[in-house]
Amino acid sequence: MDVRTQTQNTPAELALIGAFDERLSELPGDGNVMLKRDAAIEAIKAGLPTRRVEAWHYTDLRRLLAKVPAYDDNVRAEPLKPLLEGASVLAVLNGVAGKTPALEGVSLQPIAEKLIDGSYAPALEPQGNDDAIGALNAALVSDGWFLDIPDGVSPDRPIELQNVQAGGQVHTRFAVKIGTGVTATIIERQAGSAEALVSSVDNVVVGDGADVTWVILQEQPETVTHLGQFNAWLGKNARLTLFVMNAGGKLVRQEVRVVTKGQGAHFDLRGVNLLAGDTHTDVTMVLDHAVPHTGSRELVRNVVTGKAAGVFQGRINVHQPAQKTDAKMACNTLLLSDEGEFSTKPELEIFADDVVCGHGATVTEIDHDHLFYLMARGIDEKTARGLLVKAFVAEVIEGLEQEPLIEALEEKLDHWFATHG
Amino acid sequence: MLEIKNLHARIAEDGTEIIRGLNLTVNAGEVAAIMGPNGSGKSTLSYILAGREDYEVTEGDILFNGESILEMDPAERASSGIFLAFQYPMEIPGVATMEFLKVAMNAQRKARGEEPLTVPEFLKRVKDVSATLQMDMNMLKRPLNVGFSGGEKKRAEILQMKLLQPKLCVMDETDSGLDIDALKIVADGVNALRSPDRAIVVITHYQRLLEHIVPDTVHVLYRGQIIKSGDKDLAADLETNGYAGVIGEAA
Ligand SMILES: Nc1ncnc2c1ncn2[C@@H]1O[C@H](COP(=O)(O)OP(=O)(O)OP(=O)(O)O)[C@@H](O)[C@H]1O
Ligand SMILES: [Mg+2]
Repeated sequence: MDVRTQTQNTPAELALIGAFDERLSELPGDGNVMLKRDAAIEAIKAGLPTRRVEAWHYTDLRRLLAKVPAYDDNVRAEPLKPLLEGASVLAVLNGVAGKTPALEGVSLQPIAEKLIDGSYAPALEPQGNDDAIGALNAALVSDGWFLDIPDGVSPDRPIELQNVQAGGQVHTRFAVKIGTGVTATIIERQAGSAEALVSSVDNVVVGDGADVTWVILQEQPETVTHLGQFNAWLGKNARLTLFVMNAGGKLVRQEVRVVTKGQGAHFDLRGVNLLAGDTHTDVTMVLDHAVPHTGSRELVRNVVTGKAAGVFQGRINVHQPAQKTDAKMACNTLLLSDEGEFSTKPELEIFADDVVCGHGATVTEIDHDHLFYLMARGIDEKTARGLLVKAFVAEVIEGLEQEPLIEALEEKLDHWFATHG
Repeated sequence: MLEIKNLHARIAEDGTEIIRGLNLTVNAGEVAAIMGPNGSGKSTLSYILAGREDYEVTEGDILFNGESILEMDPAERASSGIFLAFQYPMEIPGVATMEFLKVAMNAQRKARGEEPLTVPEFLKRVKDVSATLQMDMNMLKRPLNVGFSGGEKKRAEILQMKLLQPKLCVMDETDSGLDIDALKIVADGVNALRSPDRAIVVITHYQRLLEHIVPDTVHVLYRGQIIKSGDKDLAADLETNGYAGVIGEAA
């Protein structure tokens, strides 16, 4: 770790370090957890990543993170109405786990308890030097939920994890162990009502033959820095579909790190980035195909309005033993304003010789002929544009193949267009 | 109902003049046929009526019910009652046909100050009209025109026309691509729309369609102008003798 003096830290870094010193006595954890926290804050002291760090090239966190709000212990967050009716809600309200719901067959525990008993210490280890989100979260995590879904016990309803902020700082973890052969739908909500800095890290182990749909719906206000990280490890013949929708936030980075550990595993990333105003949103994926016969599909669609900037980095590492890997990545952007921008960086690192891998990226504008056709039927320009923009992203949602989920997400789309279109 | 006066129009992008002093009047209750060789400007004229931005009117005027429409955008023109059945209907991926029909019908109702249709009412109308056109409702669950055959696209245009009940129907080569039975079905559909307060402009190359939809007037468009007008016999004459005579006369 490079040694720098405090005076070189930016105001945001100083605020984070200050928050750590101030909160330390209240943060849950046994000795081992506290050692992990101490080590993690050193990474922040060494400086947030800049554009010179490859993984952060398009999101210079050190420059972009201008302001860090102080903790606010006087505010209260309320749980959200679940996206899907009847879902079991596990909420974290401004950094504190809410009531434990009844969830048949699934063992549940607030992360704070697992920090206090020390069992969560190993999971706090950041993933390498450039893992600023992992480090920040490890240093400051206060609570979250641990779920253990046993082998063969598929929950009879969707599970909704809510991370709701009401201002200040929130650092949350969700750790989910999904047993062999389980089918599950898990919704993750990232939302709130005030100016805040949020970090949220998921660690998901998908057991052999399990089939999981995980939805991250990020709808923070445009005053929020949202730093998310989704980590998953897929067992033999496991399927994971991760749907990420960013529809808010001022400075957003959502990392996706997935490893196919068992043969026959398949990963689908479906992303929708709805970008407006003067915001910056980055989705960065690192996918490791580690064993033979695994597959992945990435489809990311972006709608850029206003002065918004977006980033998609998709790195697929095909390791030497991972013969017969089948990976395909596409990133398509609909640019609706001259001042908006979107940067796409696909990277394929292939060390196996018998694989099928491809990627493609496009940037387009609204098709004027299509617009004319719709308007020629009496549909006013704004509505016609809305239909075409929705059509552009709807494909990503429709691929989820669960009717109530598709409808709920399309409603979120409509809501976004109504307020930003 | 429609008065086109000394219309000059060019391609906005490169300034090429396509319509060169065109005059045409179509009265309420009338069916007018426009014929003319390939590339003479028939589709261009229809696009200009619908308000496509690719063309620029440089001179003259288009009056619809006595008012100039040149300043109106395509949606306003459509809501005021102008409908263009496209020669080449566009495929629009991701926009479900049913959703599109509902949005279009309700947009026009809204522009006229009417309440939106209820869902059952809307479905009933679509069902009824598709039945008269012998269209499969399942097709309408697909994205708009995507993967429709040539004939299916043309039928879908007529379906829209019948649902929207326009005052001025402009049909650009609706007959091309239709098989004989479909031609009959579409022609019957159009004839059912004939009424004293509606005008229909049929652009076609073929007498065959005009045997089913018998026009009141026939106009020959050549190099951006109407060079000859007549009654249905003019179409029959063109069918046997081609355009050479008419063009020679005008030159
Ligand atoms: N957007 C455009 N860009 C370039 N050329 C155009 C454009 N629109 C029309 N033209 C040209 O203008 C002329 C008239 O075209 P138009 O499509 O109106 O002919 P038409 O009478 O409908 O022919 P057809 O019978 O083949 O359908 C043609 O030479 C065509 O190439
Ligand atoms: Mg034509």
